Amino acid sequence: MSRAMSARNMRRNAINNVMLSLTAVCAFVTVSTLFLILGHLVYNGGTSVDINLFTKLPLAPGEPGGGMANAVVGSAEIVFIASLIGLPVGFFAGIYLAEFSGKKFGILVRYAADLLNGVPSIVIGIVAWTLLVLPMHRFSALSGAVALSLMLIPITARGTEQFLLEVPRNMREGALALGANKWRATASVIVPAARKGIMTAMILGVARISGETAPLLFTALNNQFWSSGLNQPTASLPVMIFSRATGPYDDWHRQAWAAGLALLALVLVTNVTARLILSCSGSKGASLSG
Amino acid sequence: MATSAAIFRPTSIAGKRLSRADDLAHAFTFFFAALILGVTTLIVCQLWIHSSPAREKFGFGFIASKLWNPVSDEYGAAPFIYGTVLTSLLALSISVPLGVGAAICLSELASPLLSAALTFFLELLAAVPSVIFGLLAIFTLVPLMRDYVQPALIGAFGFTSLFSGPAFGVGYLTAGLILAVMTFPYIISVSREALLAVPREQREAALALGATKWESIGQAVLPFARAGIVSSVFLGLARALGETMAVTMVIGNDPAIHASVLSPGYTIAAVIANEFTEATGKLYVSALIELGFVLFMLTTIINALARMMIVLTTKKGSAKA
Repeated sequence: MSRAMSARNMRRNAINNVMLSLTAVCAFVTVSTLFLILGHLVYNGGTSVDINLFTKLPLAPGEPGGGMANAVVGSAEIVFIASLIGLPVGFFAGIYLAEFSGKKFGILVRYAADLLNGVPSIVIGIVAWTLLVLPMHRFSALSGAVALSLMLIPITARGTEQFLLEVPRNMREGALALGANKWRATASVIVPAARKGIMTAMILGVARISGETAPLLFTALNNQFWSSGLNQPTASLPVMIFSRATGPYDDWHRQAWAAGLALLALVLVTNVTARLILSCSGSKGASLSG
Repeated sequence: MATSAAIFRPTSIAGKRLSRADDLAHAFTFFFAALILGVTTLIVCQLWIHSSPAREKFGFGFIASKLWNPVSDEYGAAPFIYGTVLTSLLALSISVPLGVGAAICLSELASPLLSAALTFFLELLAAVPSVIFGLLAIFTLVPLMRDYVQPALIGAFGFTSLFSGPAFGVGYLTAGLILAVMTFPYIISVSREALLAVPREQREAALALGATKWESIGQAVLPFARAGIVSSVFLGLARALGETMAVTMVIGNDPAIHASVLSPGYTIAAVIANEFTEATGKLYVSALIELGFVLFMLTTIINALARMMIVLTTKKGSAKA
């Protein structure tokens, strides 16, 4: 009897050890895969990056050398305009959701924002194409910026709402007790209190759209030269990486690695900075994945 | 009487002005909130309107037709829906066991510091642009698959139709693998949060009854966190279905249905990315837009399911196993 029991316990212990080690293996495999591929990118990008990438224009196809300075500037331009549109809209919509919304309409807007956030980026590109490229009969930086701003709006709105709701109730009540009306309390007490969180959400949103490729493929398109205006096709860093990586020349592949490293560095540095700002403010519990 | 009215009136005007400012702020912010609603509706309308030539010509047969021939202007969505679903399922069959296992390790076994550090790292990885995963896939994963993994699979399982055919490097499996890597961060961080939300008593009760650690996890912790884990899977699935760049770079661009996971194929997002700018003719463009509409519906349904799971969990917990 006791021998049977101990045999059973040994089996249970063995299963316990095997399964727990298996989960450790899972953690090791997933995390090390991600480390490996990033390491690979840093290695390949590091050996192929040069200053020409940021200072020179692309050369004729197949000719080694040259850079993608126009793509760096183009990306900055597109992302800047997208932020000009997307951040204010998202910010004020977030204030509405947190401070003014009635129950039913609030739920509706929240649902719409989450739906918009889940729309595949390539579909956003199609919509921007039908809205701007089709009537204007040309690919343009503006249509790319509108596409990216459509992705930025829901991120900013939900982030703003989340951090406004985290502001303690007694601050709200204090402001109202001092005779401030709702608008005054929101503008001079609640929004400033949630300032760091809102800024973090905005920075993360901008970092996310600056790496997006799919919405730009048939809106901003690409360009081998400096773009002459907002209504012209404009090169961007992610689209340039895509076209260089899928192209036939070795030097293009080298440039793709280098530009990939530059884009990754940009996105990661922004992300780490934004999260550091947030952790300094002591706000907690907000999950910012995505 | 007169004096009291004189005193009272200014405050009432001030009060009115105050509430008018409130109304103004309300209306102002309402405008932007309504804008979100409008934009979302606009997306659906635009997709619907601009896909109408293809919808009118092919009807529901569009979804079932296997033919994709721009030259003869005949279009069907089946190869792309098949490719999209197959690559996503391949990705999840790899990333769900590994991701949930990793989440268990991070929430139940690892020290809080290590767990927090790795989660921070994973959340950073969720921010890596997909074109960068595509870059790594095309130059690293594809040669690896072509030279080692696929010949080995063909050698071992080549007699089944699932692993037959030459080793191209690109194809469903390669796309599935890179999608698996891209969904790791989502599945691990959402599952880990669900596991951490399980009350401590749940574990302690199981351990006090003499359960081993694994038995307490399997019988007391996992059932409690079930809905959260399922929603992480749906979120990963929605992401995999809509993923464009990484898949476009390694899928192989073959608009046909193949049984073998090693053969090149196509996905909805990839065909739109590749052919949209080159599409000539109204019908061709509208067929691509209709594909976009199908993709939109797919991801919206999956996202809604994920959200429903989250709402259910926060309302009742999912303890009833």
